[in-house]
Amino acid sequence: MRRLLGPAGLLLALATSVAAAADKTIPMPPDHAYATLKPGPGVEVTRQQCVSCHSTDYIVMQPRGDAKQWDGVVTKMIKVFGAPVNDQDAKTIVEYLATQYGN
Amino acid sequence: MSDLSRRDAAKRIVRFGALLAAGGLAGPRASALAQDDPVLAGRPLVRYPEKTDLILLTSRPPQLETPMKYFDRAITPNEAFFVRYHVFPIPLEVDLATWRLRITGRVDRPLELSLDDLKTRFPRAAVTAVNQCSGNSRGRFTPRVLGGQWGDGAMGNAEWVGARLKDILTAAGVRQGAVQATFDGLDKPAFPSVPDFVKSLDIARIMEDQDILVAYQMNGAPLPMLNGYPARLVVPGWYATYWVKNLSEIAVIDHVFEKFWMKPGYRIPDNPCGCVSPGTAPARTVPINRMTARSFIASPVPGTRLPVGRPVTLKGIAFDGGYGIQEVQVSSDGGATWRRADLGGDLGRYSFREWASTWTPAQTGPARIMVRALNRIGESQGREPLWNPAGYLRNVIEHIDLQVG
Ligand code: HEC
Repeated sequence: MRRLLGPAGLLLALATSVAAAADKTIPMPPDHAYATLKPGPGVEVTRQQCVSCHSTDYIVMQPRGDAKQWDGVVTKMIKVFGAPVNDQDAKTIVEYLATQYGN
Repeated sequence: MSDLSRRDAAKRIVRFGALLAAGGLAGPRASALAQDDPVLAGRPLVRYPEKTDLILLTSRPPQLETPMKYFDRAITPNEAFFVRYHVFPIPLEVDLATWRLRITGRVDRPLELSLDDLKTRFPRAAVTAVNQCSGNSRGRFTPRVLGGQWGDGAMGNAEWVGARLKDILTAAGVRQGAVQATFDGLDKPAFPSVPDFVKSLDIARIMEDQDILVAYQMNGAPLPMLNGYPARLVVPGWYATYWVKNLSEIAVIDHVFEKFWMKPGYRIPDNPCGCVSPGTAPARTVPINRMTARSFIASPVPGTRLPVGRPVTLKGIAFDGGYGIQEVQVSSDGGATWRRADLGGDLGRYSFREWASTWTPAQTGPARIMVRALNRIGESQGREPLWNPAGYLRNVIEHIDLQVG
């Protein structure tokens, strides 16, 4: 779904969309490296479970917080947005976030 | 502090005279990001399609912030205008041959309007209006709150041209018993459990407001895809959450719409200040609505080193929730005294209002410039930030720190 395009590709795509006036198409740039999760125990599970609906910069931009904060976030993703995360993975993710993005 | 009403505080504002003539001197300019800004530090500049370099908040769905340097003027260029989507995927392609705006629900004549229909079947209306994210400046809340950690650039001002929403609904024939209209765009979450981004407005409000538009033109050009091509809702005076982008369906309903992005999303405490004591939860909430008054200093940039005794032009913009800016004041003595800034041309009550003021640094050392706006009904900005759990409505007095000598 996401296309990897260099600056030249972007320019080309823009030029094409300008040429076909009635029909606009834009490429979607890939997730930025700034979204990369810090290494640490649980990072793999977190990356797998937290990247399907949005990029992980949603996580890294947040204020640092303890397990209570991150448990609240993970619970919201599951209960409100239907993230398919089982209890074991949820626990791993909360531990990972509270360690790497804790205060 | 928590029960201090923003509006009451505003009325206590005292005016200080001394209008300084603005010199023709251009203040020092820099285009770099304010790297000392704790909210923006480390955030990359990125270039998305049809956009210039903007500050990245999130990649997917894209959220991009406008650098402060663009707020030294009333109109925000389309390529610099901020971007805020909620769900993924977002529309990447629109074919005008098949795109239609559907008007459905409790109407006598459901409509399917092409872009040409919008342009030819309804009178053309224009409004210059500020589009500001509810959570603009959320990153500055103390205590911090979760959500998009925006600096101050989730706002912009443009001239919008389109068809009046009330004309479109009148053509469709709103039936007796209609209460609200809902607005849906082409962005559709891939996960069925993620609530689609749909917003609502009261029919009564729509029918009495000439300025709510379905806009197909932004600053004289078609909308960039990421700002809502081919058409978006424009709700002047109200936060951007209502300005649904890539609009595809308007449904007239007989009840108050309370799906996720209206409830519990985008709610403010149900009291005059929209605030609670920091760290507490409100007992009752209402949907966020009209914007608070704000003003910003775009030039010089924070941290600029200035010589003693040489006049410098301070510049920026001010805006409110649609009553219009009455006055902008600046202080260079920590808020002990304020002087009136010169206002730029009036582009209407919903627009950014440019302001400028000449300041001559008198002594070496650190200096702080503060700015506050006053609107036509006496609303202003307070010294102490007001707090609410979602990080909305921020309108504390802003300042920049400079170095003299
Ligand atoms: C089923 C989809 C889905 C999955 C999977 C998901 N999220 Fe989210 N997340 C959302 C949506 C929708 C939002 C709100 C987006 C917006 O408003 O821009 C969000 C927002 C967030 C936010 C911003 C704060 C907030 O409450 O809006 C954080 C932090 C976050 N997600 C963390 C995570 C973490 C950690 C995971 C992995 C456990 C995760 N997300 C997995 C859908 C998802």
